[in-house]
Amino acid sequence: MFSFEGFLDLPLIWYGLIGTALFLYVLLDGFDLGLGILFPFAPSDKCRDRMMNSIAPFWDGNETWLVLSGGGLFAAFPLAYAILMPAFYIPVILMLLGLIFRGVAFEFRFKATGRSRRIWDYAFHFGSLAASFMQGMILGAFVRGVEVEGRSFAGGAFDWLNAYSVMTGVAVVFGYALLGATWLVMKTDGITQDWARKCASYVLGYVGLFLGIVSISMPVMNADVRALWFSLPNLFYLLPVPLLTASLFVMIWRDLHRGREVRPFLMSIGVFLMGYIGLGISLWPWLIPFEITFRHAAATPTSQSLLLVGTAIMLPLVLTYTAFCYYLFRGKASHESAY
Amino acid sequence: MIESLDPVLLARIQFAFTISFHIVFPAFTIGLASWLAVLEWRWLATGNPVYAEVYRMWVKIFAVTFGMGVVSGVVMSFQFGTNWSVFSDKVGNVLGPLLGYEVLTAFFLEASFLGVMLFGWNRVSPRMHFTATLIVAGGTLVSAFWILSADSWMQTPTGFRVAEDGLFYPTNWLEVIFNPSFAYRFVHMVTAAYLTTAFVVGGIGAFYLWRGLHVKHARVMFGMAMIMAVSVAPLQLLLGDRHGLNTLEHQPAKVSAMEGLWETQEGAPLLLFGWPDQEGETTRYALEIPKLSSLILTHDLDGEVKGLKEWPGDERPPVAWVFWSFRVMVGIGMLMILTGLAAIGLFLRKRLFDTRWFQYLCMAMTPTGFVAVLAGWFVTEIGRQPYIVYGAMRTEEAVSPVMGTSIALSLAAFILTYGFVFGAGSYYILRLIGKGPDAEEAPYGAHGVKDPPLVTRLVSKEGDQDV
Repeated sequence: MFSFEGFLDLPLIWYGLIGTALFLYVLLDGFDLGLGILFPFAPSDKCRDRMMNSIAPFWDGNETWLVLSGGGLFAAFPLAYAILMPAFYIPVILMLLGLIFRGVAFEFRFKATGRSRRIWDYAFHFGSLAASFMQGMILGAFVRGVEVEGRSFAGGAFDWLNAYSVMTGVAVVFGYALLGATWLVMKTDGITQDWARKCASYVLGYVGLFLGIVSISMPVMNADVRALWFSLPNLFYLLPVPLLTASLFVMIWRDLHRGREVRPFLMSIGVFLMGYIGLGISLWPWLIPFEITFRHAAATPTSQSLLLVGTAIMLPLVLTYTAFCYYLFRGKASHESAY
Repeated sequence: MIESLDPVLLARIQFAFTISFHIVFPAFTIGLASWLAVLEWRWLATGNPVYAEVYRMWVKIFAVTFGMGVVSGVVMSFQFGTNWSVFSDKVGNVLGPLLGYEVLTAFFLEASFLGVMLFGWNRVSPRMHFTATLIVAGGTLVSAFWILSADSWMQTPTGFRVAEDGLFYPTNWLEVIFNPSFAYRFVHMVTAAYLTTAFVVGGIGAFYLWRGLHVKHARVMFGMAMIMAVSVAPLQLLLGDRHGLNTLEHQPAKVSAMEGLWETQEGAPLLLFGWPDQEGETTRYALEIPKLSSLILTHDLDGEVKGLKEWPGDERPPVAWVFWSFRVMVGIGMLMILTGLAAIGLFLRKRLFDTRWFQYLCMAMTPTGFVAVLAGWFVTEIGRQPYIVYGAMRTEEAVSPVMGTSIALSLAAFILTYGFVFGAGSYYILRLIGKGPDAEEAPYGAHGVKDPPLVTRLVSKEGDQDV
């Protein structure tokens, strides 16, 4: 039985790896789901075809990052997995149901003819919307903390439901819509691109608003978080996070109005990264906020070591062929689709 | 009323529902991916366009099935925690890495190269496309490897210890992964997946032959399927027998339930049919063949076979479920072997492709593989009860602290959603079958697109109006 416990900080490495996997999921499925959120507002059916085609080869791989986040959490931090899943039972199931409708729409929409196609248009839209909203609600409930007793969840079935989680749900919907819109600016042209540009600058304001609310509410709600951000000298070390975020917003706005195609998407990723880093700083070192740290929840070192070997070999490979697929399907999306 | 429902039973029903629905799709795609690889290889080797046309028809069916497999599979990765959180907490150290490896080594591979397989026709060389098909086929097998290893560990756990804190800790990874029942289960399941696909393909081929449609293509489908029925169906009987003997060694109570035997006896009879009565501790209306059970299980006419009464009442699985599921599985296996034998006979008389009654038979056999796969899983999973980890952790200790109401509502939501979504999927697959292989269609047809380029437009076409 081998273990790297002696010379590697395994729980910290896995905290970082799961965090990275989850962030990649948020980004990659974020623009897929964002597309679904914007779907019914597109100016024409041909635009919708282009939107769908622009992500059809990727969505499956993108969703796999969610499976890696869930499976990785089970493997590396089984205690956290065992507490969070019952705690978020209803929103997790609703998210999964949303993802089912979203996922099958890719296949069914192009097979359907006539009026039944509308069904899958709406399955795609409402599936994406529900999945995004539920992910946001889970985030909101998560940062407010989960009731734990011993090694299991001790709260009620609807603990996750409150005004704050509804707000974060809406926030994530707008955030994903920004990713989706800027993705479209990059991957389409003509009227689809023009429309996506308008959408992007419209939702950009909302994203800023919600990001502001979350940033202010976190320290207001929790004294530890407040102390972390506003004590000296931390304030000066952490000040670049909000400043950088604010400048990213300005740059996205300018780029959208100057016809840049790729940069708005990359900088939207930057906005998400900043938000994610901000959350990470606020919640350090909790894996289940204010109850269980990542060290407490860690699986036994031999288990974390075994999976680390596989991850060290496979993750670079996975990233390489994922990048290969994005390269292979580069260029602007076509509407070619109907039977 | 819902409050009075037993959360353990509800959690089991809900889990059984989602996983039974899910397994249907991998059972089909494991076989289909390998068969598509064979088709593409024949196409590249012979240049015969019929192979390519058959490939293009079935790759669309593959895409629909795979999509449904993905979405129902994502559900499974959360179900362990939502339904069995105590189990997840306790065995996470042992099973977690296995599932992690499945994601890392199989899911990403399948998902990424499926994109190339479906949309890459005009973007990669035929050789690279063939490689993508091979990778997807390999990915389905790697995925089966890990998930069956995890399931087998729950059946025959080895390489672990239970510490004072009640958690399971691994002591030997090779013993965990290659636990005693894993090799048997893996081979048995992959073979089952191949047979399931063969009988679907054969049934559709028979349908076309019967209607006189797409005859060239239908002969490829039907012929290849019959090769599988002839060679693999008898092999499966042998593999199943080996798996059964392995179960007898490690989970004898399951085998007693499969046989419906209550009394330990020498020269035990084989019960063909009967009605196991759990309370009465007997199998009613039994139709027996003397001594055959002893012969099959011990390879001796007077060998001793243990009966269910060897175990206390709360250690026995629900016998009727196991007993009947086993008979359904074996019965279908026998029908598949008979189909193969009939195919040999007809082939020797040069009537394989134009015998009406045989075409009817093959059409009727189309869905039987799925039924047999599900029945087989019922045997092994229900036969493991009342344990979730055999001999080490009981199912009722594993359940999440979630209200029965939540589980009941989510079960209802899953039934409605799966019924609607997968009903639609079946309908679209039937339409694709109705349409048949299309010689006129461009290879980009995987997603219904007639002309290249499929996904992205590198060069604008003339007269391409932007609307």
